[in-house]
Amino acid sequence: MPVITYRKALNDALAEELTRDENVVILGEEVAQYNGAYKVTEGLWKRFGDKRVWDTPISEAAFVGLGVGASMMGLRPVVELMFWSFAFVAYDQVVNNAGCIRYMSGGLVNLPMVIRGPANGGTNVGATHSHTPESILAHNPGIKVVCPATAYDAKGLMKTAIRDDDPVFVMENTLLYGETWEVPEEEYLIPLGVADVKREGADVSLIAHGRATITSLKAAELLAQEHNIHAEVVDLRSIRPLDEDAILRSVRKTHRAVLVDENKPFCAVSAQIATIIQQKAFDDLDAPVLRVCSLDAPAIYSPRLEKLQLPTPERVVEKVLSLV
Amino acid sequence: MEALLETKTLAAAKINHGLTAEKKIHFLRQMLRIRRFEQTALKQYQTSGQIGGFLHLYSGQESVAVGTLSLCGENDHVIAGYRMHGHALTAGMSMNECMAELFGRATGCSKGKGGSMHFFAPDKNFWGGHGIVGGQTPLGLGLAFGLKYKGLKGCCLCFLGDGAVNQGAYHESLNLAALWDLPVIYIIENNQYSMGTSLERSSAFSKCLAARAEAYDIVWDHVSGEDLYEVRAKTWTAIQRAHTESRPTVLEIATYRYFGHSVSDANAKKYRRPEEIEKYRTLHDPIQLWQKRLLEEEVLTEAQATELDAAAAAEAEEAVRFAKESPIPNPADIFSDVYSEVDRQTAAGQTGKFFFND
Repeated sequence: MPVITYRKALNDALAEELTRDENVVILGEEVAQYNGAYKVTEGLWKRFGDKRVWDTPISEAAFVGLGVGASMMGLRPVVELMFWSFAFVAYDQVVNNAGCIRYMSGGLVNLPMVIRGPANGGTNVGATHSHTPESILAHNPGIKVVCPATAYDAKGLMKTAIRDDDPVFVMENTLLYGETWEVPEEEYLIPLGVADVKREGADVSLIAHGRATITSLKAAELLAQEHNIHAEVVDLRSIRPLDEDAILRSVRKTHRAVLVDENKPFCAVSAQIATIIQQKAFDDLDAPVLRVCSLDAPAIYSPRLEKLQLPTPERVVEKVLSLV
Repeated sequence: MEALLETKTLAAAKINHGLTAEKKIHFLRQMLRIRRFEQTALKQYQTSGQIGGFLHLYSGQESVAVGTLSLCGENDHVIAGYRMHGHALTAGMSMNECMAELFGRATGCSKGKGGSMHFFAPDKNFWGGHGIVGGQTPLGLGLAFGLKYKGLKGCCLCFLGDGAVNQGAYHESLNLAALWDLPVIYIIENNQYSMGTSLERSSAFSKCLAARAEAYDIVWDHVSGEDLYEVRAKTWTAIQRAHTESRPTVLEIATYRYFGHSVSDANAKKYRRPEEIEKYRTLHDPIQLWQKRLLEEEVLTEAQATELDAAAAAEAEEAVRFAKESPIPNPADIFSDVYSEVDRQTAAGQTGKFFFND
C-alpha cells in the first residue's frame, strides 16, 4: 500500500472530488497560484484552472460568506482558512450563516459546503494563530466538525465532507501535514460520526481526536513498554456527529478513561465526552474520568514552553498511572 | 467615475414606457398589501400577545421593494436584511405563511423557526431574511458567484440599510464584487436612521453613502424612493449592467421609515420629532404618490383605489385568522431542519450522534 503524507492525502481528496463533481470549487487565501500556504492545494489550480480554484483577498468575512451564498445556489464550495483561528474574523458567516440558515428557513435552504484548514497550536506562532476552535464550533447544532488524525482519515473524511449536504468544518493540523501513513490507491469514504479504535487495550481508554490521537498512541506505547498497562486508543475522528457508542463500548471494556484533548480544559470537547461517560457508563467506571488538555492559558510563543503546554505522551502516562 | 445624478422624472425611460395599466395598478396593489400586512401585524403584536421578538416594519419604504423586484426575471435573485417583509411579499410569498411565521406557527414559511427577520422562499428566488447588519452582503456575492459559475444570465439584488454601510463585511464584499466581476447589485435603503442614530451621527460623508463604491471602481447611483418610475429606471440600468457586463452596482435609494427601528424603540419620543415623521407620511408617502400619479394618468379611479386597499386589509385580516387557527409546532420539531442529512434519513445522517442532552 502506498505511504503518503497527510497533506498529499488531502490534496488527493480535493483533486478526486473536483474531478467527480463540477459543482465543487475551492476558495481561499493563496490556494491557487501560490499552491497553498501549506501546499494542501498544490497543483490544483494548474490542473483545474481559474474557474475551479480561486485565490481570494484576505477578507475572511467576504469569502466565507461567498461560499455560503454559493452553496445556497447549489455549488459545493470548499473554503480554506489559512488558520482556523481566522474563523473568528468571519464568525458571523461561520456560525450564523453556515450554521443557522437551514434552521431559520425551516429546512428550505441547504448549505452543502466545507470549510477547512489547520486548527492547532504547537508551532510557536503565538496565541492568535494557535486556536483549536472545534469545541466552540461543534457547540453549534447545524454544524458538523471533523478532526482527522492520520492521512487515511484525512482523505476519507474530506471526500465525505465534500459530498455531505450540510456544512462540514474539517480541522487539520500543521504538525501532521508532513507525517506519512498508508493510504490505499482505490477510492474509499469514511462516514462522519464513526470513531476508530486505533489501538486495542483492556486497562484504560484513551479517548482523543486530531493530533491528540497521535499523542495518545505514543503514550500507549510507553505504558505498554514501561508499565505493562494496555491502553486502548479511541480516535473520535468526528466531533459532531459523535460516535457515542464507540466511547461507551471502550469504557465498558476498560472501566477507566483518560481523555486527551488539545483544547484548553474549560468547555473543551473532552468536557462533553466526560459528561457522556458519567451519564451513561457511571456504573462501569472503576475510577474518575480524567483529562489531559492544553494548559489553561493563551498559547505561549516560547518554543520550549509551548511543547509543555500541549498534551504530551508523558503527561498522559502520568495521568493514567494516577488511576491504577 | 461619473455618477448618473439625473433628477428629472424617468417615467419616459424605456423600461417604464411599455408598462400596462394593469402592471401599474399591480404595483399599487403590492405596496398596499405590504402596508396593510404590517399594520395588521403591529396591531396583533400589541394586542394579541402571540407575536414575539422583533418586528422591523417597512412602512414608508414600500416603493423600494416593489420597484426593484418588479424588474426581476427568471435568473434574478434577491437577498435582504431583517426589514424584509416587503421584499418577501413582493417576491410572491403569501400573507398567510408570513403572518403564521410571526405567530410562530407550524404553517409559517419557516415552520415557526425563523420569525420576523427570517422569511425564505428559494422557489421564488428569495433567499431571506438575515438578522445581522450587513451579514447578508457576502451571501449576495455568493449567489451572484453561483449564477455566473453556472453561466446563467442573472443577478443578485442584495438589500441593506444605511447602517450596514459601516460594516466591514459590506466593504469586503464590494472589493470582491469588483475584483471578480460579480453580477450583484447592492441596494442601500437609506431610511436615514440606523436604529436610533441618525445618518449624520453614524456615517462619514452622510450626504452620499453610495459614493463609497467609487473606491472600488463600482458604478453607483442615487435614487429617489418616492418615485417608482425612477426606482425602476435606475435599477434596470444596474440589472442590465449585471446581465451584459457581469459588473456590480451600488444603488442608494432615499426613503423613510415611519415606525421605530423595531417595535420596542422610542421612535418619535427620543431620536426624531413627530413633525418629521408626519411630514414624510403626508408629503412623501410612496403609496399616496403613486396612487396620485395613476389617478392623474387616468389608469385608475378613486373607487378602484379604495377597493384595492380594502382587499389588502381583508387579506391581512384573513392571514391573522389563518395564523391563529394554525397549530403550534410540536416540541419534537425543535430537532428537525437542523441537519439536512438527519431530516432526509440518509446514510450520512444515520451514523453518530447529532444532538446532545443535559
